[in-house]
Amino acid sequence: MAKDDNGAEHVTAADSPGAQLATSAASTAVVTRDALVNPGFPPHRPRITDLDHKEERKAERAVFSLFYVSIVGSVFAIAAYMAFPIVAEDPGSVRLNNLFIGLGLSLALLAIGIGAVHWGKALMSDHEGVDERHPVRGTEPVRARAVEIFQQANEESGFGRRTLIRNSLIGALVVFPLPAVVLFRGLGPMDQNPVALLNGTMWKKGIRLTMDPSGTPIKAADVTLGSSFHVIPEGLSEMGHGRLEEKAKAAVLLIRMDPKDLIEEEGRKSWSYDGIVAYSKICTHVGCPVALYEQHTHHLLCPCHQSQFDVENHCKVIFGPAARPLPQLPIAVDAEGYLIAQSDFTEPVGPSFWERA
Amino acid sequence: MTTITTREPAEDHAVGMKKSGGFTASAANYIDERTSISGAVKELGRKIFPDHWSFLLGEVALYSFVIILLSGSFLTFFFQASMAEVVYDGSYAPLKGIPMSAAMSSTMDISFDIRGGLLMRQVHHWAALLFVAAIGLHMLRIYFTGAFRKPRELNWVIGFILFILAMAEGFTGYSLPDDLLSGNGLRIIDGLIKGIPVLGTWVSFLLFGGEFPGNDIVGRLYSLHILLLPAIIVALIAMHLLFVVVHKHTQYPAAGHTNQNVVGYPVLPVYAAKAGGFFFIVFGVVMLIASLFTINPIWNYGPYDPSPVSAGTQPDWYIGFADGAMRLIPTGWEFVLLNHTYSLNILVVLTVVGLFIVTVMMYPFIEAWITGDKREHHVLDRPRNAPTRTAIGAAGVTFYASLWAAASSDIMATHFHLTMEGVIHTLQATTLLGPILAFFIAKRVCLALQKKDREIVLHGYESGRIVRLPGGEFVEVHQPVDEYERWKLVSYSDFKPLMLRPNAQGKIGPAEKVRAGLSRWFFEDRITPVAQSELNRAHGDHPAEITGK
Repeated sequence: MAKDDNGAEHVTAADSPGAQLATSAASTAVVTRDALVNPGFPPHRPRITDLDHKEERKAERAVFSLFYVSIVGSVFAIAAYMAFPIVAEDPGSVRLNNLFIGLGLSLALLAIGIGAVHWGKALMSDHEGVDERHPVRGTEPVRARAVEIFQQANEESGFGRRTLIRNSLIGALVVFPLPAVVLFRGLGPMDQNPVALLNGTMWKKGIRLTMDPSGTPIKAADVTLGSSFHVIPEGLSEMGHGRLEEKAKAAVLLIRMDPKDLIEEEGRKSWSYDGIVAYSKICTHVGCPVALYEQHTHHLLCPCHQSQFDVENHCKVIFGPAARPLPQLPIAVDAEGYLIAQSDFTEPVGPSFWERA
Repeated sequence: MTTITTREPAEDHAVGMKKSGGFTASAANYIDERTSISGAVKELGRKIFPDHWSFLLGEVALYSFVIILLSGSFLTFFFQASMAEVVYDGSYAPLKGIPMSAAMSSTMDISFDIRGGLLMRQVHHWAALLFVAAIGLHMLRIYFTGAFRKPRELNWVIGFILFILAMAEGFTGYSLPDDLLSGNGLRIIDGLIKGIPVLGTWVSFLLFGGEFPGNDIVGRLYSLHILLLPAIIVALIAMHLLFVVVHKHTQYPAAGHTNQNVVGYPVLPVYAAKAGGFFFIVFGVVMLIASLFTINPIWNYGPYDPSPVSAGTQPDWYIGFADGAMRLIPTGWEFVLLNHTYSLNILVVLTVVGLFIVTVMMYPFIEAWITGDKREHHVLDRPRNAPTRTAIGAAGVTFYASLWAAASSDIMATHFHLTMEGVIHTLQATTLLGPILAFFIAKRVCLALQKKDREIVLHGYESGRIVRLPGGEFVEVHQPVDEYERWKLVSYSDFKPLMLRPNAQGKIGPAEKVRAGLSRWFFEDRITPVAQSELNRAHGDHPAEITGK
């Protein structure tokens, strides 16, 4: 179909905007008879490799040299695989292994690519071809035959006539995937309810506050003014099963401030101990750990979406997309001077969910 | 006797054919007799593809997908999609003895104990980043040149779905190593899902196989990542390319290019060499990047743990716009009504981002409805010749860019010593006002460029030569544009705003009123292409300009 020359004179008339057909009544396209006419193809300009035999030879040499270079690159990559082994506990050896195998492969690939493209551009025929386009829609006889086939099938099957059969089939086809949907209930454990799980953590009365991740209990006296601790409940670090799930809810930040700086609600005055406060570390926006504490301002910052919480003021949100303050863990001190929880959190921790109220 | 002599040359000829063809001919014959492949060669072998650098963007996307398949297959031989806890005992000393999932541990082994493993991981990740970027740029090219117009609207939709699937592939793959960064990404997804009314809590519970993070998510994402999503992508790419063959490629306006032809080089041999070579160039560039630049150093992040996190966390670039949108929501967008929590800080993001991408998908149908244009379009628009479309595109790009920039709000604040609040407030403003500003600027620039084109067609280029006429007047000689160059400047479709007319019942429906309003918005300001009579008149008025040379 392709013509290898550029002499397609007949195309010019067909393309002048005035000749564009089938402008439907709804179209707002402007069709003018006064438009300029497509001048047809400009004269072909030969390449230097077409005119100068020496240039052609040069291009040929470049192409096959590149293909040979590619072979060198591949061989180099194989050699590098052996020459730069990975030595245990030496990250530098990994770097060299990565670098030299990679450079060899890059050379092998790029040389093939550049060689092939250069061949195509400089040496292969550069006469453009022309393909004719046809409307995408089928020709009228083909479309008529397609309609006829559907009508015949309809007639022979009675699909349109026997409506009871047809409608019951549609009904069956709609219902049959439903069991598959039900099967997906098994993705989550059958004996658990997510709402119940979200409403509680492993904190309860008397559980000691321990360091994350070591699990060492924390004495109130060890929490110096201005310091902050990443805290997990006692026993979490030894858990085998479900450790991360519990940690994702129970992680706490412990901060000691000058009691004068704390603005405490009447009902929550007993939740802190001598300026030591404990707040859930799980952001109330979408659940990232609110791990960045700014000592001077007493602000907590979530590194994911930059919500900021004011520790002085019950961790109210002062900036960012979070809507609710971080839940506070009521704490006290046991007989040995270790910090303990007074109870679980009094509200669900972490991101909001539909059933939360 | 005579009959024998006449037959002899014919037989000779047949034998000669066989000899000259040799193995290749007989192999081709063997295959054709069993597959009838000669028909395909006849149809496709000399098929014409037009040349333009912007047509390579789709090719880059296709080739990076092939690179992803190759490198990804290698990785599957070593990766263990399991969240079972193991104690790391590989070559990377700082993490030795630390409990982590088998997924993380095997990813560490790929990086530190398998020769070339890190290279393949980095090729896979870099190629994935390139894949989404190339699809995005390809879509921009299609949009701004109007290549989505009839008959290619459906192929635009297929391409759009591929873009979404590419992001899904990216995100599922990003989550597989189960490192601290990817775990936090999943944590955000969990929080997002929980914010969906009615279904959210249960969907999250089922997705993670219980409470977050659970022991199932990596295995489940792995099935999606290496089986389901790639299968759908391969099928859609096949359809996408089939449509390219059926429609034949579009071409830019140029002398000799018409709506009824396609001008370019044949598949065999030129396109085979150039496109085939280009695959190796793309592969080579990705390989070079992977050998020189680290990507996703999970050994610096460590295994996932819900408690620690580092400052300056960033998602992969293509998720940035969604993450940034979440950061731009002002404080406190949540309320409780009848014992249920409505998380507007999440719902607004999902709705706005969702509407944005659905609008992108539907754009070809919207524009076709406004113009009422039922013609096939195979010659591309230069962006300036569709000013309103280009301006809408500029507005969309600005909107996307603002959201995307917001994903790095903290990095910008620390790098440029700005306040976090200032950066966020600025980006909130650019998200809302930027698109409007971009629309007006882009539209005016397009109209100005169209005016310039008209000037050039009617009066030629300014040559810089000043000539003094006999009367003493100084004029600059204008160099006329040649007819081939001129055609590029005048051959575009022109539309008028829709004139509202009552239908057969003498009524004007509300839909027609909306359409007329949009049509006015699209085409009220328009520069018409130069007509032949105008050109004749211009040349008649200024004989000096054409004889000046």
